Amino acid sequence: MFKWLHPYAKPETVYHLCGRLYPWLMALAVLLLLLGNIWGLAFTPPDYQQGDSYRIIHIHVPSAIMSMGTYSAMAIAAFTALVWQVKVAQWSVLALAPVGAVYTAIALITGMAWGKPMWGTWWVWDARLTSELILLFLYLGVIALSGAFSDRQTGAKAASLLAVIGVINLPVIHFSVEWWNTLHQGASITKFAKPSIDPSMLWPLLISILAFKILMLALLCLRLRNAILQNEQHRPWVKALAGGH
Amino acid sequence: MQSRRQKRLFAVLLVIGLLTGAVAAMLYALQQNIDLFYTPSQLVEGLGKDKIKPQPGQRLRIGGMVVPGSVQRDPDSLKVSFDLVDTGPVVTVTFEGILPDLFREGQGIVAQGTLVDQTTIAATEVLAKHDEEYMPPEVAEALKGIRHVPPSQLQQKNSDAKPAEGRY
Repeated sequence: MFKWLHPYAKPETVYHLCGRLYPWLMALAVLLLLLGNIWGLAFTPPDYQQGDSYRIIHIHVPSAIMSMGTYSAMAIAAFTALVWQVKVAQWSVLALAPVGAVYTAIALITGMAWGKPMWGTWWVWDARLTSELILLFLYLGVIALSGAFSDRQTGAKAASLLAVIGVINLPVIHFSVEWWNTLHQGASITKFAKPSIDPSMLWPLLISILAFKILMLALLCLRLRNAILQNEQHRPWVKALAGGH
Repeated sequence: MQSRRQKRLFAVLLVIGLLTGAVAAMLYALQQNIDLFYTPSQLVEGLGKDKIKPQPGQRLRIGGMVVPGSVQRDPDSLKVSFDLVDTGPVVTVTFEGILPDLFREGQGIVAQGTLVDQTTIAATEVLAKHDEEYMPPEVAEALKGIRHVPPSQLQQKNSDAKPAEGRY
């Protein structure tokens, strides 16, 4: 069933694939990021209740969504690495963790900056905020654990296991605003219902979400290429690459 | 025949399964404690199956909608009192301090304070809760009949003639 995937377990193939994809992904990400954020931050109408303060949604929501999206990607890579012991998947886990950690930090910081003027407080220990903070700690744990062993392979394995286990936090974050009383409001965009955000504000938001997603893929390509070169530096194909130009 | 790969697959799935069960059980047991606040009905009628009521003197948070027309301000100080409601009973909150910008009648708020008697709370902190609806002012006016006017323009409009419909 997954025979067509097998060539991509070979580091050399992935290295060249990432190299081909990276410029396109990065260009697209920068373009969409500029479009979505300038449209969202400068040209959308103000909100009827929150005035101009709500505009931070155009950074807060994409980074929050992608903090969870990046974690899912990382966990799938970690699962693949643990079960099928694919080296490229192993390196992807370590390539994705810092990207996701930064997205999570952005979501938390912009959320605090939004909470102060609107709610009246920087932080409150409600279920949504707390579970998102735990997500940041999970990312930091994966990064720390991978470097905590003198044997690199053991560290990577431990980090992958933590990444897989941490997946339990994702549904908790997503449903926290429905399961419990929280200060944080519910979701504005859901798959099944009509979004409760005006179309004039929704479009730049969707573009920003797409931009953050493509940026994550671009950064993954960049970081994974580095990891492959680092780990395969003694292989003939890398030596040929280095000597060839 | 089980290959090593299959063994690893089952081991990882087992770990995930057990942990999911453990976390689900923990969250279920802690259900009432994870809620950020009591609603007025929970405060008056008691919480959960056992109908446990918080005792006067207890520190707690209360969350509900500000009852229109219930906000009373002391003209000489920052003291304010207002009623909160969700679906049934009404609870009174007293507070001294600056209210958040989003505070207005009909708005959801969360107050932290001490329970004075069964339906009164002396709050030390009032936070505004907003919903997940975002729309431009014109759309809100057409859809909901709400006209939100910034405080700076409010006084000006008040002095004009009719009080503005900014809902403070």
